[in-house]
Parts: sequence; C-alpha cells; structure tokens
Amino acid sequence: MEDNYQKIVDKHTPKEKIFYNTFIAFITGGIMGVIGNFLIEFYESYMSVPAKEATVCMLITLIFLSCLLTSLGFFDKWVNFCKCGLIIPITGFAHATQSAALEYRKEGLVTGIGVNMLKLSGAVIIYGIIGSFVFSLIRTLVGLV
Amino acid sequence: MIYFNSFIFCGLVCALGQIILDKTNLTPGHITVIFVVIGTFLDVFNIYDKIVLWAGGGALVPITSFGHMLTHGAIQGYNEGGILGLFNGTLNLTSAGISAAIIFSFFFSLVFEPKD
Repeated sequence: MEDNYQKIVDKHTPKEKIFYNTFIAFITGGIMGVIGNFLIEFYESYMSVPAKEATVCMLITLIFLSCLLTSLGFFDKWVNFCKCGLIIPITGFAHATQSAALEYRKEGLVTGIGVNMLKLSGAVIIYGIIGSFVFSLIRTLVGLV
Repeated sequence: MIYFNSFIFCGLVCALGQIILDKTNLTPGHITVIFVVIGTFLDVFNIYDKIVLWAGGGALVPITSFGHMLTHGAIQGYNEGGILGLFNGTLNLTSAGISAAIIFSFFFSLVFEPKD
C-alpha cells in the first residue's frame, strides 16, 4: 500500500527541469564572468587603473548596475529566469540588499531601511567573516603563512 | 583565451549552485552562504589564487571570490600586525563591495518606488 502511494506521488510530482535550469545557469553565469573579465581589462587598458584597483572598480560597477536594474524592476524577472546564474555572482548580493531596502522603505528610514537592509545579505557577510576567521586562525596556528 | 576560461569557470560555479538548489530544499540564501564558506576555505592553501590566475575576471565575479578576499585580507593583516591583524584586516579588501552595495541601495531606495 505504502509503496503504491509513494509511486503515485513520484509520478505526479512536477519534474523540475533540472537539466534546462542548469544549462541556463551555466550560460548566464558564464556571460557574467566574461562581463567581469571585460570590465577589468577595460579599466586596466582604457582608464589606466592599476590591476588590483581594476578588480574593485569592476565589482563596484556590477553592484551599481544590479542595484539600478533592481530598483527599475527588471532584475527580479531576470533572476526568476536565470536563478543561480545571477544569484551566485556578486549581483545576487547587491540584488538581495537592494530589494530588502526597497521593500521596507515605507516603514521608515531607521526602522525600515536601516533595520532590514542587510536582512538577506547579512548572512553572507556574517558567515564569510566567521569562516575566514576560523580558517585563517587555523592556518596561522599550523604555520602555513 | 582568458575570456573562455572565465566563461567556463563562472558558468560551472553557477551550474553547481543551480544543481544544489534543484536537488535539495535549500533556499538561495543557503546556497550563497555555502559558496562564501567554500571560497574562504579555498584560500587557505592558496588554491583560489591559482584559479584567479587561470580564469581572470571569471573567478572574481562569483560570491566565492568574496570569501577568498576575506581570508586573503585576514592573512595579510596577520602578516603585518600579528593576531590583532586578523581582526583588522578581515574586511580590508571586501569593504568596497559591502559599502558600495549599502550606499547604492540606500540612495536608490530613496529615489525609486518598489515595483508590484
């Protein structure tokens, strides 16, 4: 009885188009990487920015673009389509910050934006810092510096 | 060639995230946290530096590079100022990204109305 039930459930669960989603994420993620590389070379060769600062300029440009496009309303549709292709790059971090800020805008400057802005992206910062502290402490204790 | 490498690397990272997202019940928040922690770990043995040399900008765009830069800053701080440097230097390299996200989203949320 239970086996039959499980079979019927499996049959009727909507098959997520895993292959299709993965392919879309691969293509869009790859395009994001190419854009990042292009921006670095653009800043290095045309604006004559030093190599290390070109990386920072590239990150700020991408964050600016994704914040702007999120507040104009395009980015949500793109994230629904590309999913991880836009969530994993730094654009996902900016998108989370921007959409939380827009959503809680009406609750006031401090209690709305101030409290809730880092609601989604705070996890990335917190666990990034914890992880880097633990791993670099281990590395210094082991003496790998 | 470096454009091809960055396409492959960034695409593979995103595809891996998509597979994890589809196969498990984790939310996108979990996925980004997992990838940041992977990035912090990969910098311990300087693996990520080699990936950056190989893939160029493609390795700097995914959120793993955020974790990589956190560990990189912490270790750089340790080399300059001992244990105190671990606290001092952690956010050194990523502060630009965090500040940019906060500054732009604050001003845009003042200017624009939320859609739908």
